[in-house]
Amino acid sequence: MNLNAIQMILVVLVAFLAGMEGILDEFHFHQPVVACALIGLVTGQLVPCIILGGSLQMLALGWSNVGAAVAPDAALASIASAIILVLGGQGKAGVSSAIAIAIPLAVAGLLLTIIARTIATLMVHAMDRAAEEGSFAKIDMWQVIGICMQGLRIAIPAALILAVGAGPVKAMLNAMPAWLTDGLSIGGGMVVAVGYAMVINMMASREMWPFFALGFALAAISELTLIALGAIGVAMALIYLNLSKMGGSGNGGGSGTGDPVGDIIDKY
Amino acid sequence: MADQIKLTKSDRVKVWWRSNFLQGSWNYERMQNGGWAYTLIPALKKLYTTKEDRAAALKRHLEFFNTHPYVASPIIGVTLALEEERANGAPIDDVTIQGVKVGMMGPLAGVGDPVFWFTAKPIIGALAASLALGGSIMGPILYFVVWNAIRIGFMYYTQEFGYKAGSAITEDLSGGILQDITKGASILGMFILPALIERWVVVDFSPVKVSSIKQASGAYIDWDKLPKGAQGIKEALTQQKAGLSLDKYKVTTLQDNLNQLIPGFAALLITFLCMWLLKKKVSPIIIIFGLFAFGVIMHVLGVM
Repeated sequence: MNLNAIQMILVVLVAFLAGMEGILDEFHFHQPVVACALIGLVTGQLVPCIILGGSLQMLALGWSNVGAAVAPDAALASIASAIILVLGGQGKAGVSSAIAIAIPLAVAGLLLTIIARTIATLMVHAMDRAAEEGSFAKIDMWQVIGICMQGLRIAIPAALILAVGAGPVKAMLNAMPAWLTDGLSIGGGMVVAVGYAMVINMMASREMWPFFALGFALAAISELTLIALGAIGVAMALIYLNLSKMGGSGNGGGSGTGDPVGDIIDKY
Repeated sequence: MADQIKLTKSDRVKVWWRSNFLQGSWNYERMQNGGWAYTLIPALKKLYTTKEDRAAALKRHLEFFNTHPYVASPIIGVTLALEEERANGAPIDDVTIQGVKVGMMGPLAGVGDPVFWFTAKPIIGALAASLALGGSIMGPILYFVVWNAIRIGFMYYTQEFGYKAGSAITEDLSGGILQDITKGASILGMFILPALIERWVVVDFSPVKVSSIKQASGAYIDWDKLPKGAQGIKEALTQQKAGLSLDKYKVTTLQDNLNQLIPGFAALLITFLCMWLLKKKVSPIIIIFGLFAFGVIMHVLGVM
């Protein structure tokens, strides 16, 4: 599928937004479910792109920038794979091979992010000089330049893919044999586990594992939606926090255990 | 005391808007420092008028700063209160302001990461993604609206809270509330994660047939003996409802056996394997490539 000039400009604009958000992490235009849908919206291929976004979002659930660590780049992965999906013109059938392309892109994006964050070091040195002069305007300017550089980090690769055009992209996708694409989509089903594993490693403690077991057992009941499970989780968290406080005050105060029924039983 | 400089609500809203761009100049040397100075500029502009004061203020806010981008808001609020008092002549020196910033950023990042990155984002993301997988536009809209409503509300409210509470917030937050929020979020996250693993990590061993048993006559629908046309369809449906099997052979796959233990068991094992590899400092990217390769190999071998 070929895009017209206006669509191409809009695609590059969406890429720019996603690149900005990749560093800001505020409005989340770079999250796959949003970024892919925006590419789909401006190219008129909404439904396949939304499905691609959903699949990539599952992969990216655990990807987050904690401290100075850089997560795999959701922005480049979702923007570039959505453009390739649109150019390939295979519609929904192209989603699984687009996912397979997204992973190497996320790694490539990681490198670009590290380069951009290194360049930003030079910018804050320029800010230091602006501070000497007491110039607010120059600090503002460097901040805006920094944000724009992050936008270009995604917009330039997006423009490059558009420049190469639909033909080569399509040829590349068609050249993939069925056993490879099927195998990749099976692998894609398992890859989601990596993100969850990262999150669990961050949060797990002896105290928390029973909640993990409860969640796993309850999830087998398919009537319980995620919202229902969320409600159960919030309730358990509140109950647990309250109970653990009662234990503390009971040891300190003696009679005031915060548990009227328990007090009555004790007195008899 | 007549001409005290006060930050108005509109100044604070300007600061809040700029705090949406906190990480724009994130760098390896002093991390969020550029964005931090950029965020405070509307307030500094109002509080300090001479060139020397402005230069000093900017320098002091270009020091190292890094925290979770959303929980920076209460710190911004407290800093606004401190800067306001300082501009009005209170004896607050650079060390105090830097001390408050550094003292708050560590513990608050410890709250922001589990609450936003490990609990809210996976849950909202999974909910939106499950809608999006069905091709529904509600997926992206839900994610964008819910995420930003929570984030913007949190950032504005906590910045105002920080500003009003001034430096008292540090003592308040280092007490019980902070620990409760962190622990509560961890419980919720640890409870929801296995559900996400069970429902969204797909490990399917269906191609592996464990057994294939020919069933006794009368236990399956005998398609040859059904009447023709619509009557036959009706008869077949009736028989199926009565519990008759569709096929002559009862095929049990490896997947059926695993599902009888508990659904999602293989997914759980894969997740534990990933956790173990991550603890062994294997890069997540290598694990991801490894799983793709594993999927292709198992498919070619006819196991998955």
